[in-house]
Amino acid sequence: MLRLEKRPTPSRFWLYATPPVAVVLTMIVGGILFAMMGKNPFEVIRTIFWDPVFGEFAFYLRGQLLVKAGPLILIAIGLALGFRAGIWNIGAEGQYIMGAICGAAVGLAVFPTENRLIFPVMVVAGAFGGWAWAMIPAILKTRFNTNEILVSLMLVYVAETILAKASTGFLKNPEGMGFPGSRNFSSFPAAQNSYIYEPLGLHWGGVAALVTGVLAYILLTRHQAGFQIRLAGQAPRAARFHGVSPARLVVMCMGISGALAGLAGMFEVTGPAGQISIDFNSGYGFTAIIVAFLGRLNPLGIVLAGFLMALTYVGGEMASTNLGLPDAAIQVFQGMLLFFLLAVDVLTNYRFRLSMGAKA
Amino acid sequence: MTTRPELLRVEGITKAYPGVVANSDVTFAIGEGEIHALLGENGAGKSTMVKMIYGLVRPDQGQMTLRGAAYTPSKPAEARRLGVAMVFQHFSLFEALNVAENVALGMENPPPMRELAARIRAVSEEYGLPLDPSRMVGDLSAGERQRVEIIRCLLQDPKLLIMDEPTSVLTPQEVEILFRTLRQLSAEGTAILYISHKLEEIKTLCDEATILRRGKVVATCTPRERTAREMAELMVGQALKTPERRIGEKGEVALGVSDLSVASPIPFGTSLKGISFTVAKGEVLGIAGVAGNGQEELLLALSGELRSGPDKVRIAGHAAGDLGPVERRKAGLVAAPEDRYGHAAAPDMSLVENAFLTAGVRKGLTKNGFVDWPGTRKFAEEIIAAYDVRTPGPDVAARALSGGNLQKFLMGRELMQGASVIVINQPTWGVDAAAAAQIRQSILDRAGEGAAVVVISQDLDELLEVSDSFAVLNGGRLTKPRPAEGLTMDEIGLMMGGAHGMEVAHHVEA
Repeated sequence: MLRLEKRPTPSRFWLYATPPVAVVLTMIVGGILFAMMGKNPFEVIRTIFWDPVFGEFAFYLRGQLLVKAGPLILIAIGLALGFRAGIWNIGAEGQYIMGAICGAAVGLAVFPTENRLIFPVMVVAGAFGGWAWAMIPAILKTRFNTNEILVSLMLVYVAETILAKASTGFLKNPEGMGFPGSRNFSSFPAAQNSYIYEPLGLHWGGVAALVTGVLAYILLTRHQAGFQIRLAGQAPRAARFHGVSPARLVVMCMGISGALAGLAGMFEVTGPAGQISIDFNSGYGFTAIIVAFLGRLNPLGIVLAGFLMALTYVGGEMASTNLGLPDAAIQVFQGMLLFFLLAVDVLTNYRFRLSMGAKA
Repeated sequence: MTTRPELLRVEGITKAYPGVVANSDVTFAIGEGEIHALLGENGAGKSTMVKMIYGLVRPDQGQMTLRGAAYTPSKPAEARRLGVAMVFQHFSLFEALNVAENVALGMENPPPMRELAARIRAVSEEYGLPLDPSRMVGDLSAGERQRVEIIRCLLQDPKLLIMDEPTSVLTPQEVEILFRTLRQLSAEGTAILYISHKLEEIKTLCDEATILRRGKVVATCTPRERTAREMAELMVGQALKTPERRIGEKGEVALGVSDLSVASPIPFGTSLKGISFTVAKGEVLGIAGVAGNGQEELLLALSGELRSGPDKVRIAGHAAGDLGPVERRKAGLVAAPEDRYGHAAAPDMSLVENAFLTAGVRKGLTKNGFVDWPGTRKFAEEIIAAYDVRTPGPDVAARALSGGNLQKFLMGRELMQGASVIVINQPTWGVDAAAAAQIRQSILDRAGEGAAVVVISQDLDELLEVSDSFAVLNGGRLTKPRPAEGLTMDEIGLMMGGAHGMEVAHHVEA
């Protein structure tokens, strides 16, 4: 009979081995799924994991990797700081939308002025939008002890409604001939998030993501605030004994994750997306939750996980256009990754033991 | 030796867990109606042994016989069916239910509530353990809760009653009542397996004793014929030395608490009501009391986790009642909570990180908000060396250490910060006798160096050993501190609130 037994010390091996094992398991079970759908599983897996980097269209797709990975990494790092502290911000999607709206609104308000300061101010406005949206669940939690999971999640749908209102109303392009959507930032150089190095898909959002990854790593491992975040997540009573104020921690973690999600939205709307539109948000805020866990809530792990997730996005799109796989199958495939990750994760703190047949 | 017929025989029992042998070739026997002590330090294998008898754990080797028949309980229900009952050290009661409902929950086929209540009343009167079946468990004292557990067992009419450290939550008077009940049970033929490390109790109560050390039986003896010291040395395997007190000059008041009242943040906790005391430099104030009478709340209120009016707590004359833990440490007060796993330490963090947990402020281990990890590691290594903490190194998770070793580390962490006020709740809880003596010695050393120390403990012997003055927490109120010298157990018992209205319990016999 197999039995789970708690390890005296968490296994370092499984801490690092979990993500690769989860990826392999996802490939195997996903392959079976694709085979049952009548596709050649090896071709599908190759299309998703190999072709974007080394295939025929890699020159274009490689750039797409960072474009997709950037916002995922930026959001996931913010979420991971909260998750480490036991603060569950599930509404990054909403904060991402609000950041995009605030950032875009500031830029569009001064259209068509050309000034070097416009873009930096928009960056600040984007971060502010996400921060402010995250403060709603944070303050409700600290004041009235509401559940931040529910409040932040429900605020996503409020943000989506505001987004629809923005693209059909207050941010609508006056020269757009009645179509919903704002002006396109590609025709507004001062407010545009242009590529710094296009072949790699590097824009300011990508720079922000990578820099944030390093800063968050230093924060968690070297700084007292990072220690407090980790402590609060692992042992809340010990954290109070250490001197952490739970309310301040909630406000800090929700604030950071909201601001980073807002930044991601702002860089996306002024760059790859180009404009505010009804369906501008593409689920980065939710996928980032998977990325955060796939990266073991470790900022450097999240950077790697962001690229892996971007790969399944870019490759998944290829698979659906070239091989005719339904989008739902790709989403199942991505969901499987989180599922296996959490399942294999048990081995970090537990081990299997074969117990000798019990004589009853 | 007794001529009682044999009830339970344990022969050659061995049980190993990964990395540790809990019991090795343990053999002993209990006669019908015998009160048998199982004696040993923490970690000697007492709990594992009784868990095997109660069917919670299965032995790797060896056999047990109950009245001559092979006895291999696979679960507690089976053990109970065969007449073996157990009262655990930690109660498993629902505070929001009443006594009868709690008893019913533990039964497989509970009778109708009214009938059960009548039976509880009958049993409680028969054995001198008065208990109202309709009272809410949340309102009961620890001693009364224990009675619920005992009555729950007695309703099954057991042949063998196992009691795990039953007196740690009782006042001396309540202990006396419990002992009378146990003797009555014994006279009626119920055997009792009594687990404890309190030697005086065992001398007064038990007929036979089996002494365990590191999982092995090192001696069996008749406690009445041995001195407590002899048994202690058998338990520990070495000669014990009593802590010596360096008489320091008492200085000015270092910690002053006046009329401190705070609501308990713990569900069913005890709020503090008008607590006042002062501790001078070089003085040790011992605070006794039955568990759950406000000890944890008092520690929280002193450590800064619970705040009060600024003037309610003064450190070296400065108002500190509204300060948080960090500011209080800066002001010179360190505190050590009782609960090691999750409160005093983060179980999954390394010893280095746990050293930083409280020592960061006083040892200057941060620069511009960044943690000085090399410096913290050095401090952790100093603690490990000074307090003889058995660990592969400072990087292992706190939860990997045994309770006693972690306690030594945590005591060292607070005592080595050069604080002027030290507050400790249960300094030697779960620590072996040799290490406990070492911890008490260093508490006295710090006081000798001029620190004001508050020791909250449920171990009266410990308090009398270290304290200069002595007070009792009872229902969230603190008695006026008295000089510890010359206090008798009887006086202390009365300060602890006597037997919680239990004096009438045995008047029939008296």
